[in-house]
Amino acid sequence: MNYDWNWWLFFEMVADTDATWFDMLMSGLGWTLLTSACAWLLAFFLGSLMGIARSSRHQGLILLGNAFVELFRNIPLIVQFFIWYFVLPEVIAPLKQLSLSVDPTQFQFMVSVACLGLFTAARVAEQVRSGILSIPLGQYRAGQALGLGSLQIYRFVLLPMAYRTMLPPMTSEMMSLIKNTSVALTIGLTELTFRAREMGEFTFSFFEAYIAATLTYIVVALAVSRLMNRLESLLAVPGFLGASK
Amino acid sequence: MKLNSCAVALLAFSGLQFGAGGAALAQELTGTLKKVKELKAITLGHRESSVPFSFLDDKQQPVGYSMDLCDKVVSALKSELKIPDLKVIMQPVTSANRINLLGNGTIDLECGSTTNTMERQRQVSFGVTTFVANVKTLVKKNGGIKSLADLNGKPIATTSGSTAVQLIKAHEKGAKIDFKEIYGKDHAESFLLVEADRAVAFVMDDVLLAGLVANSKTPEAYRMLNDVLRAEPYSLMLRKDDPQFKALVDKTLMDVMKSGEIKKIYSRWFESSIPPRGINLRFLMSQELREILKSPNDKGI
Repeated sequence: MNYDWNWWLFFEMVADTDATWFDMLMSGLGWTLLTSACAWLLAFFLGSLMGIARSSRHQGLILLGNAFVELFRNIPLIVQFFIWYFVLPEVIAPLKQLSLSVDPTQFQFMVSVACLGLFTAARVAEQVRSGILSIPLGQYRAGQALGLGSLQIYRFVLLPMAYRTMLPPMTSEMMSLIKNTSVALTIGLTELTFRAREMGEFTFSFFEAYIAATLTYIVVALAVSRLMNRLESLLAVPGFLGASK
Repeated sequence: MKLNSCAVALLAFSGLQFGAGGAALAQELTGTLKKVKELKAITLGHRESSVPFSFLDDKQQPVGYSMDLCDKVVSALKSELKIPDLKVIMQPVTSANRINLLGNGTIDLECGSTTNTMERQRQVSFGVTTFVANVKTLVKKNGGIKSLADLNGKPIATTSGSTAVQLIKAHEKGAKIDFKEIYGKDHAESFLLVEADRAVAFVMDDVLLAGLVANSKTPEAYRMLNDVLRAEPYSLMLRKDDPQFKALVDKTLMDVMKSGEIKKIYSRWFESSIPPRGINLRFLMSQELREILKSPNDKGI
């Protein structure tokens, strides 16, 4: 293979700018992390609500939860990005107004957070629902026997245990989310993969650029999984899943 | 792809002609020529929507200006290497994978619209310039943009990963214009941003802009500003350190330019109806290109 490796490239200035390629990749990482964090907050709260709705006994709530999950889980992420960014502003006038009034980068960021947040929320909702359903029915009955209302049973009996059970699959979702931010490059968000691709196009050193991006993703994903492991053992209830570590 | 001893056997029938002098040199084949001779096949990399350089026609066959020029190279290979039944394999490439597919030998020659830059020359080599694109600014006629200065504070679309990005940045400094860049994934999406009034301008190579406008719903609604931000030389891309193949590609292209045949090929793709929809780009030959055709060179920018 006829390829000239040039690892010093990362410390060379990008033509016509004041930054090196390393700076460019780091600014990309910044967008990746910021987008992931905001999208995760949205996904966690909305996903929890939808998951709880699906585990409830109200037909209306179950239907709402199911519709939400099916809608956002059955459309490919890249298509959802296209719809959010190009189609919806043409159909929904206030969104178009927003796209014209804010800075384009801010709008790309908002769209990315909304799109990734809702996409991940559908997946979180599934985890929350199965987490709740994994708790023996007896605990719900015990709550009723103690005279707790539905909301109280969720708050004090079901959710505390369900979230602990859910931690490992939640960690996977979080890591998927971080990697999914790379799809935001299709709407021009200058995140990590965007910067790696840009570096490849300009210098034709695709291998160095993508290897650097790959290593960065691995480091971030490992850090997240370690943190979540710590959290899991901190929160473990003796005698239950995850407590033996 | 280094010389090896079995290539000695090839010496027997490798009386190749190189250079302007046309002196016949008995030369050991190296690089791409050796590979082509051994496999009796060459793989051309083509683009799928780089109108009118390399794109798919209504029969899904790659055609275009660069494809015609590559055909000339193939004919030259057939006669120089004496392989009349040379097999030509077509391999679609994208802007992201063209360099790696060339490097690992999947394709031997890229027939697209790749800009020859000094930085890229560290990884690949380019034939003599076959086209000069001028980077210009596309705006809507009714958008009130008369000059680059009017763009101050406005959102401007450009395609990510193309050389136009750096250009805008360079210009941003030089002219003290402060605009906001929006990146489209590809040219079609960047154009869509202008069409939907999300961006007031799209900065790109004029020939690509002309193609997008010609294919749009309302071609008369757009115009290009006169300012040329930079001239970009396009060329056929080949592997680096492959002097024999490069000499053959260059000689073939220069012959086409000297004989004037290039004008016919140009006219066929830039000034006539082209497939698949019979659109005519009406893109006259620029002064820059005329000069290059008179005195061809392979300088990058």
